[in-house]
Amino acid sequence: MALQLTTLALFLIAITGFVMTRRRALAQGDGTRRNLHSQPKYHGYFVFLATLLPGLVFLGIFLLFKTPVVNWLTMNQLPAELRNQGSGALSLLFSRIEQHAAGGQTFGELPEGAQGAADFLAMARRAATWAIIPFALFPAALGFWFAQSRVQPTFRARNATEKIVRGLMIVCATLAVLTTFGIVMSVLFEAIRFFRMEPISEFLFSLEWNPGTAIREGQAAGADQGSFGIAPLFLGTLLIATIAMATAVPLGLLSAIYLAELAKPRVRKILKPMLEVLAGIPTVVYGVFAALTVSPFIINLGTSMGFDVGAKVALAAGIVMGFMLIPFISSLSDDAITAVPDKLRNGAYSMGATHGETITRVVLPAALPGLVGAVLLAVSRAIGETMIVLLAAGLRANLTFNPLDTTTTVTVQIANLLTGDQRFDSAKTLSAFALGLVLFLVTLALNVGALKFQQRYQEKYD
Amino acid sequence: MTDTTTEMDGNVAELRNTVRDPKGQGDPKSYRISKDGETTRHEDAAWADKDLKMYTRDVHVHYGDNHAIKGVSVDVRPNEVLALMGPSGCGKSTFLRCLNRMNDPVPNARIDGTIALEGENIYDKDYDVVMVRLRIGMVAQAPNPFPKSIYENIAFGPRLHGLTDGKEELDEVVENSLRRAGLWEEVKDQLHQPGTNLSGGQQQRLCIARAIANEPEVILMDEPCSSLDPVSTNTIEELIMELKKSFTVVIVTHDMQQAERVSDRVAYFHLGDLVEVGPTNAVIRDAQDQRTKEYVSGHIG
Amino acid sequence: MTDATAQGSAPGGRRIDSDAFRSRLATRRRKGAILKYSGLIAICIALAILGTLLFSIVSQGWQGFLRTNVELEITYNEEIIGGDAEDIPSGAFQEIARNGLQKALGLPPEAEDYDPSDLNALISSGVRYDLQQAVRDEPELIGRTAQLSVPVSSTMDMAYKGKLNLDVDEGRRQLSNQQLEWFNQLQDDGRLHSEFYWGLFSNSDSRSPELAGLWAGIVGSFVMIGIVAAFAFPIAVAAAVYLEEFAPKNRWTELVEVNINNLAAVPSIIFGLLGLAVFLNTLGFPRSSPLAGGAVLVLMTLPIIIIAARSALRSVPPSYRDGALMLGASRNQAVMKTVLPTALPGMLTGTIIGLAQALGETAPLLLIGMQAFVAAPPEGINDTATAIPVQIYLWANAPERGFAEKTQAAIMVLLMFLLIMNATAIILRNRFQKRA
Ligand SMILES: Nc1ncnc2c1ncn2[C@@H]1O[C@H](COP(=O)(O)OP(=O)(O)OP(=O)(O)O)[C@@H](O)[C@H]1O
Ligand SMILES: [Mg+2]
Repeated sequence: MALQLTTLALFLIAITGFVMTRRRALAQGDGTRRNLHSQPKYHGYFVFLATLLPGLVFLGIFLLFKTPVVNWLTMNQLPAELRNQGSGALSLLFSRIEQHAAGGQTFGELPEGAQGAADFLAMARRAATWAIIPFALFPAALGFWFAQSRVQPTFRARNATEKIVRGLMIVCATLAVLTTFGIVMSVLFEAIRFFRMEPISEFLFSLEWNPGTAIREGQAAGADQGSFGIAPLFLGTLLIATIAMATAVPLGLLSAIYLAELAKPRVRKILKPMLEVLAGIPTVVYGVFAALTVSPFIINLGTSMGFDVGAKVALAAGIVMGFMLIPFISSLSDDAITAVPDKLRNGAYSMGATHGETITRVVLPAALPGLVGAVLLAVSRAIGETMIVLLAAGLRANLTFNPLDTTTTVTVQIANLLTGDQRFDSAKTLSAFALGLVLFLVTLALNVGALKFQQRYQEKYD
Repeated sequence: MTDTTTEMDGNVAELRNTVRDPKGQGDPKSYRISKDGETTRHEDAAWADKDLKMYTRDVHVHYGDNHAIKGVSVDVRPNEVLALMGPSGCGKSTFLRCLNRMNDPVPNARIDGTIALEGENIYDKDYDVVMVRLRIGMVAQAPNPFPKSIYENIAFGPRLHGLTDGKEELDEVVENSLRRAGLWEEVKDQLHQPGTNLSGGQQQRLCIARAIANEPEVILMDEPCSSLDPVSTNTIEELIMELKKSFTVVIVTHDMQQAERVSDRVAYFHLGDLVEVGPTNAVIRDAQDQRTKEYVSGHIG
Repeated sequence: MTDATAQGSAPGGRRIDSDAFRSRLATRRRKGAILKYSGLIAICIALAILGTLLFSIVSQGWQGFLRTNVELEITYNEEIIGGDAEDIPSGAFQEIARNGLQKALGLPPEAEDYDPSDLNALISSGVRYDLQQAVRDEPELIGRTAQLSVPVSSTMDMAYKGKLNLDVDEGRRQLSNQQLEWFNQLQDDGRLHSEFYWGLFSNSDSRSPELAGLWAGIVGSFVMIGIVAAFAFPIAVAAAVYLEEFAPKNRWTELVEVNINNLAAVPSIIFGLLGLAVFLNTLGFPRSSPLAGGAVLVLMTLPIIIIAARSALRSVPPSYRDGALMLGASRNQAVMKTVLPTALPGMLTGTIIGLAQALGETAPLLLIGMQAFVAAPPEGINDTATAIPVQIYLWANAPERGFAEKTQAAIMVLLMFLLIMNATAIILRNRFQKRA
C-alpha cells in the first residue's frame, strides 16, 4: 500500500515538475524558443528526471535492504549469550522470534531476553512499512528543488538531460558486470566457507562423493558427515558430456554443412526453421523425453542383449543431451560456414575442385575457428545442463566410465543438495557452492575460449 | 533487325579489303570488315574452327528474366590475349565465367549455345566440369588466396588432381609456378606464411601462380588489376605478356591502354551484345559501330 | 564422341589424359556424393528426432487432456447430511457418493462381503468436496436426487484408458478382483465416459492425478515473465544502445562485452546459486516467490536480449544515423529519433525469444525453492508460487502412474505457449522485413 502510494506520488511530482518547468522556461524565453539554449521540453525533461531518479533509487535501496537491516537490528537486541550460539540455532531462534512478532500461532515461550527482540521486530516492521514514504520522497523533493533552480534561458537543459540519460544507460550496461560479480561473490563466499570445513585437497583428490545427510539441530555444524571428493562427479559429467558431444557434433556439423552448402535455397528455407524448433524446446522437456521414453527403451534393449544395465543409464541422458545440442551446434556452425566469403568458393571451383572438395578443403578449414567455437560452447552447455541429467541420470556417485551404468553429474548434485532442507552451516549444503564454483570456472574458460576463437574468425573476414 | 538499319549499315556490311595503318608506324595490317547481326567483325585472317583454341556460337545467358548475354559468337585463337571490353554491366564477367562453367553454381543462371574448347562443347553432358576448369584456369577480379600458406595455395590444385608424384615434384611445381608468376624471389623465404598476409599485388600474382600450377591451356582473368596500384599493375601486365607464350589468355579490362598494351584482339560488349571484335588496333582505332566509337573516344581523348 | 578423345587432346600427353586420372576423378566425385548424403542423412536424423520427440509427447500425453467420469444417481440423503447445509463434514458426502455407486452396481446398502473403502477408491477423492460445495451453494438440494457425472479415481481412469494391464495376478494389479469386477460392470453398463478435462487449466496441483492442474503454474510463470519483460527489456535496450552507439572502444567496454557474451552462456543453475545466495539469503526475498524467481530470470534473460538488441541496432544502415546528424541532430537525438525506431521490431523479436527461453527455464527456479508442492496460484509477488516447467518436473518425478500422461499434457501446454510466443516473434520480424 505504502509502496504503491509512494511510487504514484513520485510520478505525480515528476510529471508536475515537467509541466511547470516547460511552461516557466517558455515564459522566460518570452514565449519563443529562440531565446532559449534548449527547447522548453528539455527543461521539463531535466526536472522530470532529476525528481524521479533520486526517488526511485532510494525506493529501490529501501526495498532491497529493508529486510536485512531490520533483521540485523533485531538480532542486535538479543542479549550477548543468545547471540553467540551457532548460526543454525540462531536462525532457528530468529524464525521463532518472527513468529512471535507476527503474532500468529507460536510454539512455546521465547527464551529469556528474546521477547524484547520480538517486540522490537514487530515495531520495526510496522515502522518500515511507512518509513518508505519520507525515505523516497525527500530525495525526490531535493532533486526537484535543485533542478527547478537551474532553469534559465542560458541553461543547457538538453545537454544536461542527455548526460543523465547517458549515465542511466551506462548503469544498465554495467548491470551485466555486476551480475558476474554477484555470481563470483556468492559462489566464492560459500565455497570458502566449505573449504574451511573440508580441506580443498580432499575436495579435489578424494575418489569418493557421499555428502551424507544434513541432520537437523544437535549435530555439530560442519562435522565430518560424509566424503566430498569431486572426482566421481567430474567423471560422470565428463561421461555424459562425451556421449552428448559424440551424438551432437557429427549430426550438428553435417546438418549445418548440408543446410549451408548443399541444400537448395527452397529446401533450406523449410528445414532451417524446423531445426530452430528443436532448439526452442525447453530442456525440461528433453529431460522428460530422456526419463520416460529413451531410458526405458535403452534399458530394455540393453537387458535383452544381456548387458548389466543400471536403473538409470548415463547413455540415455547423454544421447538426449546430444539431441538438444544438435540444433545449437548446427545453427552456430551454419553461421560460421555462411560467413565464409564466396570468393574463396569461387577460387576453389576455378581450380577444378568439385563441390565436395570445395567444402572440405576450403570452406571448412576457413570456417574452422567458428566451428571450434561452436563446439566449445556446446561442451560448456553440456557440462552446465541440469534438467536432462536431473531427470534421467542418477544420484549415486559412481567412479565409472561405463555408459550403461548409473552416474551423476556436478549439476545434479548441486540441484539435489540445494532442494529440500538446507542449513547454511552444513558442509553438505555448502559443498553445492564449491561445485558451483568449479562449474562456473570450467564453463567460463570454455566460453571465453569460444569467444576468442569466434573473434579471431571475425577479424579475418570483416 | 529492321530493313532501315540494314540499309543504314549497308556500307559497313559490304566486305572490304583494306590496307590500313592506324598508328602510322609503317606496320600495315589488312583485315576485312563484315557484319552479322549486332556484331561487326574485323577479320585479319581466316581460321578454321578446328584450329581455334576456343570458340563460342550463339551463346545466351539468362539470370532469371534478365537476358544478360544475347547471342555471342566469338573466337579465341591459340596463344593470343583476347580482351573483353565494354561499359559496366554489359556482361563481360558473365561471359568470361561461362567460358569455364563458373556460372554453374549460380542458382538462377541459364546458359544456351555452344562453347567449345578445341572443338568440343564444354557444356556437353559427357564433359566433366572438373576437366573444364582444369584446362581453363581462372583468376578473379579481387585476389582470393585461400587462408592457407603460400605453399599450400599453390599445391592446392596439383594435390587435388594428383598431378605430381611425391614431395619433390610438388616442390618443383610450386617453385616453377611462383617463378613464372614472378613471385618466387619475393616469397621464397616465407613459403609457409599465410598467403593472406601478402600485399594485394602479390596476392594477385599468387592467384595467377596457383592457376598456372594446374598447367591449364587457357587462363581467364577478370579485371585482374582493378584493385592494384600502378606498379603492381605493370608487373601483372608484363606477366600476361609472358604467359601468352605458353597459354591462351582471355582478359576482361576497362582500361583502354591496358588493352592496347597486352591484348592481341578485343571483343567489345554492349548490353549483352557482342558489338565489335577484331585485332586490338582495328577495334580501338577504327571502330565501325557507333557504340564502340563513343566508348573508345570517351576513354582515349 | 567419347571422353577419351574429347578430353585427351591436350598437348604433350599430360597426366590428365591418363586412365589413372579418370579413375581418380570418379573417386573424387564419389567422395563428394558421400558428403552430400551424409549431410542429408544427418538432417533427416535430426528431423526424425524432432518427430519422435513430438510423437512421444503427443502419444503419451493426449489422454492427459481427458478424464473419465462415471454416471451416478446421487441422493442427497437428509439422514446422512443432517439439517445445517453450512456445516457438514465431507465424510458424509463420501457416504452419499458411495451410496450412489452401490445403487449403480446393484449392491445392497449395507456392505457385507466387501470393504467400503474399496468402493470409495473407485471415485476421485475430490468428489466429496464437490458435493459439499454444491450443497453449500444450494441448500435446497438436500433430500433430492440428481443424475451426476463424477470423476473416477486415477487408477480407474488409467484402467478405462487402457493404460493398466488388467490381465495379471491380483497381487500385481492396482485393482483388486472385486474392484475389477465393478469396473467391468460400470463399463458394460455404459456408465463410464471420457470428457475433456478443463481442470488441467483451471485446477492447481494436487496429490491426486485426476484432480491436478496447471493453473497455479500458469499464473506463476506469467507473473515471472511479466517481471522479466518489465525489467529486462528496458534495461537491455538501454545497455545495448549504449554499447552499440555511444560506448568508446576501450578495455572497459571490451570487458563488458566479453562479460555479456559469457553471461549468456553461463549454466542456468549458476544463476540459481546466485539467486539463492543473494536474493534469498542476503536480501531476504521470500523463498519460492515470483519476486525471487522473476529476479533470477531477469538476470538470466538480460544478456540474451542485449545481444539480440545489439544485432538489431547493428543492422540499421549507418546512413540513417548520418542523415540525422547532418541535419543538426545531437547524437542522442539521432539515436532516439532514427536508429531506435528502426531497430525496435528487431529488439522486440529478440525480447520475445528471450522471454520464451525464460518461460522454459527450470533449474534456477528449483534452487530458489520452487520444488515444493504448491496448491494455489500466488496472490502477490511475495507469495509461494510454482511455474509450468517446475510442475512438469514434479509430475515427471511423481510415483503415481496417472501423472505420466499429465506430465506430457503439461509439456504440450508449455509448448503451445512457446509456439504462440515464437510465432508472434516471427510475424513481427516478417512485418518488419517487409517494411524495411
Ligand atoms: N549472379 C547474378 N544473378 C543475377 N544477375 C546477375 C548476376 N551476375 C550478373 N548479373 C547481371 O548480369 C548483367 C551483367 O553483369 P556482369 O557482372 O557480367 O557485368 P560486367 O560487364 O562484368 O560489369 P562490370 O564491368 O561492372 O564488372 C548485369 O545486369 C547484372 O545485373
Ligand atoms: Mg565484372
